[in-house]
Amino acid sequence: MIIYGVALLAACHLAGLLIGSALGAALGVQSNVGGVGFAMILLILGADWLRKTDRLPKATEQGVLFWSAMYIPIVVAMAACQNVVAAVSAGPLAIIAGVGALVICVSLVPILSRIGGQEAPLPPFSAVEA
Amino acid sequence: MEMLLNTVAKNQLVFAFLVIGAIMFVSYRLSDVLTKGRLHGSAVAIILGLILAYVGGSVSGGSKGLSELPLFAGLALLGGAMLRDLAIVSTAYGVDLSEIRRAGLAGALSLILGVVLSFAVGAVVAAAFGYTDAVSMATIGGGAATYIVGPVTGTALGASSEVIALSVAAGLVKAILVMIGTPFIAPLIGLNNPKSAMAFGGLMGTTSGVAGGLAATDKRLVPYGAMTATFYTGLGCLMGPSVIYLVLLALTH
Repeated sequence: MIIYGVALLAACHLAGLLIGSALGAALGVQSNVGGVGFAMILLILGADWLRKTDRLPKATEQGVLFWSAMYIPIVVAMAACQNVVAAVSAGPLAIIAGVGALVICVSLVPILSRIGGQEAPLPPFSAVEA
Repeated sequence: MEMLLNTVAKNQLVFAFLVIGAIMFVSYRLSDVLTKGRLHGSAVAIILGLILAYVGGSVSGGSKGLSELPLFAGLALLGGAMLRDLAIVSTAYGVDLSEIRRAGLAGALSLILGVVLSFAVGAVVAAAFGYTDAVSMATIGGGAATYIVGPVTGTALGASSEVIALSVAAGLVKAILVMIGTPFIAPLIGLNNPKSAMAFGGLMGTTSGVAGGLAATDKRLVPYGAMTATFYTGLGCLMGPSVIYLVLLALTH
């Protein structure tokens, strides 16, 4: 059933955020530390285990894939809720600080991605999805 | 007319689906017609979303973009942190864990460098504008990291509300630029494989920026970038009021 897939996703999401909150509290930080990342790892491991034990039928899979396909629309909705007015009307200090941090960090991406050998690019998109 | 508005008001989330569906449709058409598909439809959609956020925010005077208008309130739920995180987690489905392990070192290094360099840039800019005390420099530096790290650092250190507002603004500028700019800079920085996406997520840190920027570039990179970015804000909140503040304090004395 599709809902099993959605429930699996929900369980991983909540468990991951819980781990992130616990880690944040343990470190004394007022923020969730890596919750989404832990949730992703749980989903990867959980789905892998279910697949190996042959308990991941197509319908269950669809429950996860639906949300994956909704990712871009959700991000567009997120974009439509940003405080763009505050960013655009920010004074020079905020703009220079934001742009400066962005430029310096972006320039390090090629250097850091060379650590441990360069990776080949992903193959080009075949079909239009999402 | 009133009946129509009433129906929409009682079905905000459903109306949000319709609105986003329409934005996607228009965006993919614009992408085909105006750029012959060179600028991906999702990138156009995100830019369109940001423009609508500007319009909504200007009209309403609120801070949550288009969703400040009652008619579009459902967008705040659809695009809020809850469903955004659920969708980000779902993109991990089918990801190869060994891929993440192989890029682990690059990812961890990118996180530390991303946090430290953002703080450094923010602090230098703050000092250049006359905010030379360690508390203000750390707070604005935090804002250059993300718009959450700034206020958390500022609150912990007792920064003035003016400085905290500046730090939020710096973080917003960064997040929105990452959303718009990523598809354009991706070819220049080799952002086309899982490892570079993990480095990118760790260096940028802003979850909304990385989520939007990678969606506009190549959706398959999203789980890798999100994986590292999710640790960034926590690390920033940890280092800002402690190590980084102490270093700034030593430097300013």
